[in-house]
Amino acid sequence: MSQTNLHELSAAATATAVAAGQVSAVEVAQAHLDRISQTDDQVRAFLHIDADGALAAAKAVDDRKAAGDRLGPLAGVPLAMKDVVVTRGLPTTAGSKILQGWRPPYDATVTRKIREAGMVMLGKTNMDEFAMGSSTENSAYHPTHNPWDLSRVPGGSSGGSSAAVAAFQAPLSIGTDTGGSIRQPAAVTGLVGHKPTYGSVSRRGLIAFSSSLDQAGPFGRTVQDTALLFDAIHGHDPQDSTSIPNTRFEATAAAVEGARAELAGLRVGVVRELTGASGGYQAGVLDSFFKAVEILRGLGAEIVEVGCPSFDYALAAYYLIAPSECSSNLARFDSVRYGLRVGDDGERSLEEVMSLTREQGFGAEVKRRIMIGTYALSSGYYDAYYGQAQKVRTLIARDFDNAFAQADVLISPTSPFVAFGIGERVADPMAMYVNDLCTLPASLAGTPAISVPCGLSDELGPRLPVGLQIMAPALADERCFRVGAAFEAAYNAANGTVLSNIPALGA
Amino acid sequence: MSDDRPTLTRHEVAHLANLARLAVTEAELDLFAGQLDVILGAVARIGDVAAADIPPTSHAVPLTNVLRPDEVRPSLPRDEVLAAAPSVEDYRFRVPRILGEEE
Repeated sequence: MSQTNLHELSAAATATAVAAGQVSAVEVAQAHLDRISQTDDQVRAFLHIDADGALAAAKAVDDRKAAGDRLGPLAGVPLAMKDVVVTRGLPTTAGSKILQGWRPPYDATVTRKIREAGMVMLGKTNMDEFAMGSSTENSAYHPTHNPWDLSRVPGGSSGGSSAAVAAFQAPLSIGTDTGGSIRQPAAVTGLVGHKPTYGSVSRRGLIAFSSSLDQAGPFGRTVQDTALLFDAIHGHDPQDSTSIPNTRFEATAAAVEGARAELAGLRVGVVRELTGASGGYQAGVLDSFFKAVEILRGLGAEIVEVGCPSFDYALAAYYLIAPSECSSNLARFDSVRYGLRVGDDGERSLEEVMSLTREQGFGAEVKRRIMIGTYALSSGYYDAYYGQAQKVRTLIARDFDNAFAQADVLISPTSPFVAFGIGERVADPMAMYVNDLCTLPASLAGTPAISVPCGLSDELGPRLPVGLQIMAPALADERCFRVGAAFEAAYNAANGTVLSNIPALGA
Repeated sequence: MSDDRPTLTRHEVAHLANLARLAVTEAELDLFAGQLDVILGAVARIGDVAAADIPPTSHAVPLTNVLRPDEVRPSLPRDEVLAAAPSVEDYRFRVPRILGEEE
């Protein structure tokens, strides 16, 4: 096996090669660390690179192989971890200055599962501070650059995780999705990204932003790779009280089967409210989307249009619920147990020190959301804002129920826009929020959705990727992978992979 | 759009910041007052939805009474926890004074 292109292999091919002894896990890890050294000064996907830890984890896989152990389906495969997931002894900041230098005393359940699968964690990826944003520009450390065009954002909030996989620094990464933070960055970097059913992946050890919405999930360059990672991380966790008991998905099998199958008999619902009828969507995005609809039709799917009128209120509901929950969750950053402490001169009170610490430790977007949440939860406003938003959530879930009575999956563009320029939208919070327009309904309903590359748009100059969102009912995650894999196979057969169009870095 | 709120004042933003324990600067008050007003104006349309009889939702798969056996389990490693704290004294978190005046 050629040693020069190890970083270009899929996760599935890497695991097979390691298990077959064609390449060692240490060689694979070193190839990815080398790729990171060569490219991350341009992409800046990582906040922390753990070369020693990665090589040690890889050596442990090689030792097990030498001892005759049977290796799991992702053993020896490198992975990039979003910095909102805690990792024992490794810096974990959630993209915030308030946690600079913090080394957690425990592993998140997701981290533990990654380690137990024999995966090789290369480091921690950049993100919008506390996952609040859609561009990774809200990182307190530095922006991350989209490998398709370094002047553009990689989406967010999991923009380090999307950029790392698109730049071939890792075949897989973990992101978290509260309102679209896996699906939108996957779409704008030409990747597959899955937001699981809420409660199917443990939230223990995810630094909380909005507890009723946060969900960790996988990024990959193929539907099958993404499914392999989802199969490794999901499952009930008694240490997360919102974790759903007895969940066992066979996403990889669904992806493998989907890639071989047609979609005859499958009813695909095009969501009227998420296809730009009232404007605001880029023409290049809609063009790719409607071509994707024809590919699905060509696979034998029956295309129906469905109406989900309450989706028009998803943005308002989300930007009340998420800030409300964050204002409560982020109260834990009190300068006492971990992280930053500012102004403790022996004279000032705890309250004064706390206020100075939070003022210095949080960035502007985090402060804005905490204050919006404080407003929405305050006496006299609670019913009109947070309470009303939770009711609208019920209406959105009912729209999904009605739509899923007419269709097996629902589709839309993943985002109204392709990747935008760094700095273009930072001054206007609302201009940033509309990036999440298509992804918010599934977040609020807690239902699964996947973004799969579905074309390229050159509307803004360079050719940039567009994502197709495929939504399924709660606990029907396998359906996302099956339909996603069928679409991917048909798209690639006709056009080649979207990612094959990415310009070489360092040119 | 049913945004009949009065415009958010600088004074109200200062009050919110105080409630949220954020020692915001004068410049931030000016910036945030305008931005928060735009955001609140945009989300106020939530009030247009007739939802009086609708129950609230917080989880896709409702779970109730999630309990676990009352068994002793190991805690987080004390030394690692304390090593990450900003200030420690006698194996405890050290905090600034919490009372308004000296006792």
